Amino acid sequence: MLRSRMLAVSGSALLLAGLAACGGSTSTGSTTSAVATKAPSASATTDACAIASLPLTTAGKFTIGTDDPAYEPWFKDGKPANGQGYEAAVAAAVAAKMGFAAADVQWVVVPFTNAITPGKKNFDVDINQVSISEERRKAVDFSSGYYDVAQAVITYKGSPIDGKTAVADLAGAKLGAQVGTTSYKAITDQIKPTAAPAVFDTNDLAVQALKNKQIDGIVADVPTAFYMTAAQLDNGVIVGQLPAAGGAQEQFGLVLTKGSGLTACVSKAVDALRADGTLAKLATQWLTNAGAPALK
Amino acid sequence: MANPPDERVDAPGGLTDRWVPSALEQERRAYRRSRTVRSAAIASISTILVVGALGWVLTHSSGWPRVQETFFDWDKAVASFPAVLNGLWLNIRVLLVCSVLIAVLGLTIAVMRTLRGPVFFPLRLFGAAFTDLFRGLPLLLVLLLLGFGVPALGLDGLPQEAVFWGCAALVLSYSAYVAEVFRAGIESVHPSQRAAARSLGLTHTQSLRFVIVPQAVRRVLPPLLNDFVSLQKDSGLIAVLGVVDAIRAAQIETARDFNFTPYVVAGVLFVCLTVPMARFTDWVARRQGFQGSGLV
Repeated sequence: MLRSRMLAVSGSALLLAGLAACGGSTSTGSTTSAVATKAPSASATTDACAIASLPLTTAGKFTIGTDDPAYEPWFKDGKPANGQGYEAAVAAAVAAKMGFAAADVQWVVVPFTNAITPGKKNFDVDINQVSISEERRKAVDFSSGYYDVAQAVITYKGSPIDGKTAVADLAGAKLGAQVGTTSYKAITDQIKPTAAPAVFDTNDLAVQALKNKQIDGIVADVPTAFYMTAAQLDNGVIVGQLPAAGGAQEQFGLVLTKGSGLTACVSKAVDALRADGTLAKLATQWLTNAGAPALK
Repeated sequence: MANPPDERVDAPGGLTDRWVPSALEQERRAYRRSRTVRSAAIASISTILVVGALGWVLTHSSGWPRVQETFFDWDKAVASFPAVLNGLWLNIRVLLVCSVLIAVLGLTIAVMRTLRGPVFFPLRLFGAAFTDLFRGLPLLLVLLLLGFGVPALGLDGLPQEAVFWGCAALVLSYSAYVAEVFRAGIESVHPSQRAAARSLGLTHTQSLRFVIVPQAVRRVLPPLLNDFVSLQKDSGLIAVLGVVDAIRAAQIETARDFNFTPYVVAGVLFVCLTVPMARFTDWVARRQGFQGSGLV
């Protein structure tokens, strides 16, 4: 009984995968995303990762969650579905790699807390600049990392930490970061300032505090730091980039519910995108990474 | 605590000349006793059944192990306790300072609003405008306006600290509520009290101070406690300005491994603060001779 049903399912999976591939190639013409032009092919997905055999939230659809507001440079104009911005583009590329047509990709708003709590979820994957860590793996599944991230310190021109070159020189500064981020952890674990760090709900509030000179600097991931200095601050400067904590490379990963049946397939798609250079290309397209001096 | 005279019947010494309830009355009493025992038994069984059923449904739901792991992890609770307690210390300090200021400002505004005579119209107008404005404005907006807006003015001499402006916002917002509670209390004191006080030669101020306000405050103690407990938790809202209170500390601890036990730790600590406070207020109210209308 079970076997026959499995056979029927895998049969229809092949059929659907074929259909999806056709759908993909017809709909790519209408989308503006540079990513989606990489036409998905049914042959790229093995049976285990065929769309019909995936335990999707909505059958036949790939549902991607992210928080609202969706911040630049990870998203653009607050519209994840437009495929612009690094994470929007990566998510679209992952979906395409897994064989989903652009029309079968849907975005939902998932507050960050919602993404990491147990229970039934309304998304298949969540993409929200979440850093992978072994501790967090106890609560959620992560795909392979889609971005190698480093933390940077920014400040305003003429601040007490403007022009500093060593991590130790920052210990006297009042630093701020967004709550629940590895940036905050970088302050407490690496910089170890004498003044208690300020913690903000969002990076926007941290930027406001920096503008008011209520804090001396902000720690954020490098692309966000560049975005802040370029777009959000009038006289913002990058102090430098922090060395990797404990020598381990920090990575952003897609979040899936604990024990999700999709994790392996999503990881496979991410790995393929890394191998074929798509991730690097998208990073160059959407993120500014270069030019942050390394702090000693 | 009725005092049944017939109990002495059972006493040794054969006081048979004393009044003995009739056989019919004894039968009635026995029946009533049996009904009481029966009710108690039914109540106990039904409580055990309901609580047991709820507990069983809870612990046998498919997601319970995950929920238990995520919210009730003993090791995580122990690990996060110092940080959360440290955050709670900020709540307590803010609570103590703000509650005194709120009581003073609230009572002042309440008295302003209850002044009679055309000459006091500006004060009445101010009192009404103040309560209307700060009861209407969301506390979060007041916090953001004062905490980020005022420092942005760049005026010299004004404090920049987040805690200062956070407390200022709490005091303004809560004073509006507390003023209305006090006003209700003041207006609930019968006019004859004021008339009597004035006829004894007390000035308007003296009659307020010695006659009206003491009675008013005693009557509104329970709602004032409500506001006090509410303030205890809202004191954490100043965390949006970058400082770390108990809940923010819990959030930071949660971000490390996506385990929500620290929030439960903070919740338990808040309840531990609240319960003794409620008992204390009851005690104060009773000591002042406030029996409420329930007791005759």
